[in-house]
Amino acid sequence: MAERPVEPLHRRLGVTDEELDAIRDRLGGRDPNDLELAMFSVMWSEHCSYKSSKPLLATLPTAGAGVVAGPGENAGVISIGDGLAVAFKIESHNHPSAVEPYQGAATGVGGILRDIFTMGARPIAVLDALRFGDPDDARTRHLVDGVVRGVGGYGNCVGVPTVGGELVFDPTYAGNPLVNVMAIGLMEERLLTLAAAPGPGNLVVLFGSTTGRDGIGGASVLASATFSDDDPSKRPSVQVGDPFAEKLLIEASLELIERGLVEGLQDLGAGGITCATSETADRAGTGILIDLDAIPRREPDMEPFEVMISESQERMCAAVRPDRWDAVREVCERWGLPVAIIGRVTDDGDIVVVEGGVDAGGQPGPGAREMARMPAAALTSAAIVHARLAAPPQHRRAAPAPGAPIDPSDRLPERGMDPGAVLLGLLGSANLSSRRAIFEQYDSTVGADTVAGPGRGAAVLRIKNTTKALVASTDGNQSVGALDPYLGAALSVAEATRNVAITGARPLGVTNCLNYGDPTRPEAFWQLSEGVRGLGDACRALGLPVTGGNVSLYNESPDGSIAPTPEIGVVGLLEDIGRLVGPAFVTEGDTILLIGESTPGLAGSAYAGLAGTAVEDGPPALDLAREAALQKFLREAIERELVASAQDVSGGGLAVALAEGAMWSGLGARVRLAAATSPAVELFGESPSRVVMTARPRFAPALMLLALQHGLPVEELGVVGGDHLVMELTGAGATGASEERGSRIADALEVPVADLRHAWDNGLVRALGWEG
Amino acid sequence: MTVRIGVVVFPGSNCDRDTMHALAQAGAEPVGLWHEQAALQGVAAVILPGGFAYGDYLRAGVIARFSPVMRAVTAFADEGGLVLGICNGFQVLAEAGLVPGALLRNRSLRFLGREVAVSAERLDTPFTHALSHAGPLRMPIAHGEGCYFADAATLDALESDGGVLFRYVDGAGAAAAEDDRDANPNGSLRAIAGVINARGNVAGLMPHPERAAEAVLGSEDGAGIVRSLVESAAKAVAERRVTVGMS
Repeated sequence: MAERPVEPLHRRLGVTDEELDAIRDRLGGRDPNDLELAMFSVMWSEHCSYKSSKPLLATLPTAGAGVVAGPGENAGVISIGDGLAVAFKIESHNHPSAVEPYQGAATGVGGILRDIFTMGARPIAVLDALRFGDPDDARTRHLVDGVVRGVGGYGNCVGVPTVGGELVFDPTYAGNPLVNVMAIGLMEERLLTLAAAPGPGNLVVLFGSTTGRDGIGGASVLASATFSDDDPSKRPSVQVGDPFAEKLLIEASLELIERGLVEGLQDLGAGGITCATSETADRAGTGILIDLDAIPRREPDMEPFEVMISESQERMCAAVRPDRWDAVREVCERWGLPVAIIGRVTDDGDIVVVEGGVDAGGQPGPGAREMARMPAAALTSAAIVHARLAAPPQHRRAAPAPGAPIDPSDRLPERGMDPGAVLLGLLGSANLSSRRAIFEQYDSTVGADTVAGPGRGAAVLRIKNTTKALVASTDGNQSVGALDPYLGAALSVAEATRNVAITGARPLGVTNCLNYGDPTRPEAFWQLSEGVRGLGDACRALGLPVTGGNVSLYNESPDGSIAPTPEIGVVGLLEDIGRLVGPAFVTEGDTILLIGESTPGLAGSAYAGLAGTAVEDGPPALDLAREAALQKFLREAIERELVASAQDVSGGGLAVALAEGAMWSGLGARVRLAAATSPAVELFGESPSRVVMTARPRFAPALMLLALQHGLPVEELGVVGGDHLVMELTGAGATGASEERGSRIADALEVPVADLRHAWDNGLVRALGWEG
Repeated sequence: MTVRIGVVVFPGSNCDRDTMHALAQAGAEPVGLWHEQAALQGVAAVILPGGFAYGDYLRAGVIARFSPVMRAVTAFADEGGLVLGICNGFQVLAEAGLVPGALLRNRSLRFLGREVAVSAERLDTPFTHALSHAGPLRMPIAHGEGCYFADAATLDALESDGGVLFRYVDGAGAAAAEDDRDANPNGSLRAIAGVINARGNVAGLMPHPERAAEAVLGSEDGAGIVRSLVESAAKAVAERRVTVGMS
C-alpha cells in the first residue's frame, strides 16, 4: 500500500487552513503550539463557536417581558412573578446517540440539566424530542430501545420527571437520529447566577467528577462533522454519564448558590475545561491562569491536551472568593464530590495553562512551564465566523396559495378509501398512536408537581405554594420543512405555542434546537437560513422572545441529509391552575366547535404519508396574524371559563383531534361539517391555526361571538355523547356515495370509541415489534 | 404543637423534598435526617423516601442499609418507633431486614412509571387508620425493582399474620393476578405492594403516596397514608412512647 502523506495536525483536528490563519492573527502572528491548537479546535468547532449560524441567530428577537437571561447564557430565564423565575433550554445530542444510544441520550439529559442548575434553578422537568428512521428497521429499534433506556436511566435516577416530548419516525432520520432534550427549572429570581469569572484574584474551583479520557473531542469529532455510519473509532468520543454524580452535583451547586458562596458558575460540557474557563473569563473581561497539575484526574499519564479538552461528565467550574474557599470545600465534600482549586482569575484577558506548580499566591512557581497562552476572547466571542453560501434547490416548487383549486384526487371515494378505516389507520400509525410504551419507562411524577404528564398534549406542572402552573411543549415539523424550510419552522413555532396556549397558559418564550445538514453545502445552509427566518417571523408575530437554544449541523449520513428539523420548545405560565383546560371531552351534551378554517394542501400531512398522496399538491399555508389572534382568543375564552375542553388540530387533522377528545374521555361525538374543499382535506388535512373546543351549550353562543370578535371563523360541529365518533360531510365538497344514496350527506365516518382506543393503544408496540 | 417527622436524606434520595412537602401539607414538621449522622434529632417517626440511595449501583438499597443513619433507624424501630419506607425506602427496609421479603427487578426488566390501584388490606395500622376506605387507592409507581418476592412459607405467614399491608388490584377491585401486567405491572408475588412487620411499627410500600396527596395532582388517595403516619406519631408522643418529637 502506498504511503499517504500525513495530514498536518490542524486538519486532523478539523481546523481548516483558513481557520489556522485566523488563529495566527489572534495570536499576534505566531503559530499555535499543539496544546493551543487542540484547544482552538474544540472552541472553534461548529458546536462551540456557532461559526456558521451566528449571523443568522443574530436576527432572532430576544427581548420580551420578564426576560432575565437570554441567548449566550446557559439557559434562558424569564420572571414569572412572586419572586420566581423559570429557566429553560433545549439541546441536541444527536451524534453521540447514533454511536452509543444509551450513553448518548443519558449524557444529553445530564448536559441540559447542568445548563439549568448552573443558573441557580432547580430542574423540575425534562421533555425529550426523539426522531428515528423507519420503525420496522432493526437498527431503528436498537436505537429507540437504547435512547429510551438512556433518557430514563439518567432522568429517573437524578429525580427530574420526564413529562413530555415527541417520538417521530421518518425515513429521513434513518442514518442520523435526533435526540433533542429540553429541561425546565424553577428558581428564586434573586439567586440568578451567571457563567462568568469576575474578580481577578478569585479562585477557579473545579468540582464534581474527576477528569478522564472519555469524550475527547466530542464537540469537534462528533457534533461537528458529517457522520459516516456507526464508526467504532468514534466511540471513545462519546461521554459516559453518571446520574448519581449529577444528583450530588445539583444539590451541591444549588447549596453553593443559595448560600452566596460563588461569584459565577459554569458547567463543563463540550470543550470541557477549555470552554468553561475561556467563556467565563471572556464574559467577565478577565483571564484565567490554569494550574494543570491541580486538576483531579481519573487515570494516570493523561496528556495536557486530553486534560484540557476532556468532556468527562458531571463537572462544574466556579469562581470563588479566597475567603469563601473553606465553605465551598465543605459543601462539596459533604456531598461527596472531589473539589480542587485549579486556577486563578487574572486581569490580563488570557487563558494561560501552566504545568509544574503554581504557588500559594496563585503565581507560577519556580520551574513552572507555561504550556499555552491565548486571549480568552480569541477562543470564544472573537472566534472565526464564516459567511456561508446559501442556495435553494433548483427544482423547488412554491406552496400553493390558500384557496387554490382543489385537486380532485383528494376526494376519498375516488381513491377507494373508507374514511373510518383511514382514521383507524392514522390512530394506529407509528407517529400518531399512544406513546405509553415509551413514557412508561420514565418517572414522570417525581417532584410531585406533575398535573399533566406525557402523552396528551402539553405538560403541566403546578408551582407549589402558588396557584400557578408551568405549561411546556416541544414540537418540530420536518415533513413540511422538507418541502419548505421557512414554513416548516414557522409551523413548528405555531404548533408548540398553540399547544401551550390551548391549556389557558400564556407562552413566555421559545427555545430552539436547529437540526440541519452540512452548512458548507449551499442547499443545507439555505435550509438553515430559511428555518431561522421562519422561526424569527413566527416569534415576532406571536410577540415571543427566543431565549436560547442550540444549533446541530452536519446531520447527514452517506444516504444524505436529514430534512430540516427545527425543534421548538415553549414554556408558558398558567396563572390559575383551577382554570386548566385539557384535550379530553368533559360532559355528554356539550357543544363541539371548530375555530379556524381548513385550507387546501395535504403535502406533509400524516394522511399523505398513509395514502401516498403526491407531494406535489403543497403544504397548507400559515397565516401568522391568524395564529396570534387564535392564541389570544384561547387565553381569553379560558380566562372567562367558557371552555370545557380544547384540542388543536394537528397530526391527522380534524378527525384525529375529535378522536382524541373521544378516546381520552370515553365519550363519543356526532358532528356534521360543511365540506368546502374535499373530504380528505376536511377530515385529515393539517392546515394550522385550528382548534376543536367543547363547551356547555349555554356558553357556546358567547364562545362563538368571542371568536368572531377576534376575527376567527367558527363553526358549530355537533355534540359530545354516545359511544361512537360520527362525522358527516355536507355541501359542495361532499362527493360520491351521497348522490347514489340519494342523500345530501356523504363520506360519513362512524367508528366505536372503543375501536379508536384499541387502534391508538396498540399502534406503537406493534410498529416496534414490542408485542407480547 | 406540631409533630416532628424525620425524612432520611441519602445521597441519591430524590423524593425527600416531595415527602417533606406532603408531611407539611398534613400538618407535620418535616426534619431532614442526613445519612452520615446516626442520630434522629428526637423525631416522632421516620420516613425513608424514594430515590436511588448511593446510586443503587449494586442493588437497590443494599448500600444504604449500612449507613450510619440506618443504625439509628434500626434502633428506633427496635424500640417501637414508627418507620415507613416508600419505594427505594421500602427496598432499604427489606435489605436491612426490618420488613420481610425482597424487591426484585420488574418482570418486564424495564423501569415502570405509571399509576396503579392498590387496596389496603388493613385499616387498623399506624400507616392506614386514617384512610376513609380500603381502596382502590390510585397512586403512581416509579421503579425498576419493585417485584415483591419471598419464599412460600414467608408469604403464607405474611398472609395469616396480617403482614400484607397493600395489594395491587384490578379494575374490579380484586387482588391482581401475578401475570396481570396491567394491574400488577412489576409482577409482585400475590400482588403485594406493601408489607408491615409483625410488631406493626415498620411498613414499606412501592407506590408513592406523597405524589398522590393533593387533588391538583389527580389523586388524593395517598394523603390518608401520610395523615395516618402523622396522627400515629402525634399519638405516640402524647402517650410518651417517644419522649421528644414535638416542637
